[in-house]
Amino acid sequence: MGEKWDKGLLGWIDARFPLSKMWNEHLAEYYAPKNFNFWYYFGSLALMVLVLQIVTGIWLTMNYKPDATLAFTSVEYIMRDVNWGWLIRYMHSTGASMFFIVVYLHMFRGLIYGSFKKPRELIWIFGMIIYVCLMAEAFMGYLLPWGQMSYWGAQVIISLFGAIPGIGDALALWIRGDFVIADATLNRFFAFHVIAVPIVLLALVVLHILALHEVGSNNPDGVDIKKYKDKNGIPLDGIPFHPYYTVKDIVGVVVFLIVFSIIVFFMPEMGGWFLEKDNFIPADPLKTPEHIVPLWYFTPFYAILRAVPDKFLGVVAMGAAIFVMFLLPWLDRSPVKSIRYRGGIYKIAIGVFVVSFIALGYLGTQPATPLYTNFARFFSLLYFGFFASLLVIPRFEKTKPVPDRVTS
Amino acid sequence: MKKQLIAILLAVSPLWVFAAGGHGVQLDRANIDPENTQSLQRGASLFVNYCLSCHSASLMRFEHMGNDLGIDETLVSENLIFTGGKIGDLMTVASSPADSKVWFGTVPPDLTVIARARGVDWLYTYLRSFYRDDSRPIGTNNLIFPDVGMPNVLWELQGEQQTVITTVKGHDGKAVKEVSLELVEPGLLTPTEFDRTVRDLVNYLDYMGEPAKHERRELGTKVILFLLMFLVFAILLKREFWKDIH
Repeated sequence: MGEKWDKGLLGWIDARFPLSKMWNEHLAEYYAPKNFNFWYYFGSLALMVLVLQIVTGIWLTMNYKPDATLAFTSVEYIMRDVNWGWLIRYMHSTGASMFFIVVYLHMFRGLIYGSFKKPRELIWIFGMIIYVCLMAEAFMGYLLPWGQMSYWGAQVIISLFGAIPGIGDALALWIRGDFVIADATLNRFFAFHVIAVPIVLLALVVLHILALHEVGSNNPDGVDIKKYKDKNGIPLDGIPFHPYYTVKDIVGVVVFLIVFSIIVFFMPEMGGWFLEKDNFIPADPLKTPEHIVPLWYFTPFYAILRAVPDKFLGVVAMGAAIFVMFLLPWLDRSPVKSIRYRGGIYKIAIGVFVVSFIALGYLGTQPATPLYTNFARFFSLLYFGFFASLLVIPRFEKTKPVPDRVTS
Repeated sequence: MKKQLIAILLAVSPLWVFAAGGHGVQLDRANIDPENTQSLQRGASLFVNYCLSCHSASLMRFEHMGNDLGIDETLVSENLIFTGGKIGDLMTVASSPADSKVWFGTVPPDLTVIARARGVDWLYTYLRSFYRDDSRPIGTNNLIFPDVGMPNVLWELQGEQQTVITTVKGHDGKAVKEVSLELVEPGLLTPTEFDRTVRDLVNYLDYMGEPAKHERRELGTKVILFLLMFLVFAILLKREFWKDIH
């Protein structure tokens, strides 16, 4: 007793746990570039949405029943007989879609400012694994309301595993735990959705942030702020994350919450994009809906899947569309990070990528008519073409000189 | 800023562009008024009288309906519950699913959230689109739900309709057959009164699909007003801190 009491409670804790040290390393003395712009809100927003999903999810599990005969009813029970149940459920369903909007914008930021390049390759890889986990989390969560679209969407996606030669059918059966989507599937998806995947997600987010704080944040100019430091070793263009970016991010959070509230309170179905109409019909294994569509955040990949005539090759193409993003740090070897100083050809390539991703997203929601399928093929080629073009663009691209220090 | 706005719009554009999707059938607009309590009360009465004998609404409680629509508990018990059930009961149905299957060929769907699955315009059009069709076992058919197992339960109010086939010129100049309905035998209500009656019923179905809707919108306005005020302070706080950053 006694040795650190003169420094109060904090001193007592610090002698036993690196609380102040962690606070300083990650917030008060973590020096972030001072020129973060609009695109830099989405990292902290993604973290906030993750917390929101976990908290609302915990409350939903208090009344939700993962049982094929009770699931649909229990969701409607939450919507009408549980106090504030409707609010918690809408926050969770809206949060799922908003999570993907925020994450897509966050990934796009990394893409245009070259934040995936050396020395941040691992941050990108961790981020990509988070993205894949998030897709698994959303897919399994969508089965839980046990509506028609939950059921048939899962049926279609899991049957994709059946396309793998040799082991396919056995694998799909093993995943479902039954010959069709059934109670066993619902129960195991519930276990994954509420325990397994969230734990992995949280761990990955910690790794993502630790890796970021090890090398420091990139910025819209793509220059290294650690090159110029003052006599105390603090980057001249760096400012402490707390309080500067905490107060700035509060503004972002409030703006986000306003948009979020407009959806939750005034358009929770978002015209059928966040909550599909067919999902208000209880799952019926004997009645296939005329038009099975995955939720909007999967549709770009779904369009690529359908663009390929062969089912197995389609699955391969869909997997490749996601996997190719992992390779980004090794595909794009231009020494210039930020789009601000890249050549016109690179900007065009980015534009083509954005257009093809959105076009594929739209086509994935539409019936696969011959015309639409041809469009999907065209945009799939552009999608993969973008990643291929990154290998050659730096060879003849005319980049602009990169400044030494960040511009304001 | 402009670029950023465009970027956001681009990023979320797939959400809006094709938000509407139809099935090729022209639907009449229901134009319901969820704030009109009297319409909802009339709709509730129609619902228990005409629908609840075959269709259940097994996720909805009588008491919840009474509270939300301002119908007194005794009124609900005496006039709206026909099964002798209690006020806190769910709106289940007395007939057994097996019987229904024999009578109608299929079990009538539960109607609790039907308005969210079908949409109010569809329901409004559907309920007014029954016509006489002697080729069907029940003698009626429906224009927007062909060969539906459900009879026209509102025939007494509506009267009987039959199809009229007219040939009109389509967009490409070719002759197109158009099917419409005309009243051949008047019911207890005039067509205008009947439309209003169906609108009341659909209004009720819409309410039942999401009883929290009214509360949701009211709370939403307050939450957003609070956030807007909070935003002002958040911006001021940010400016205060960032004054010394150049």
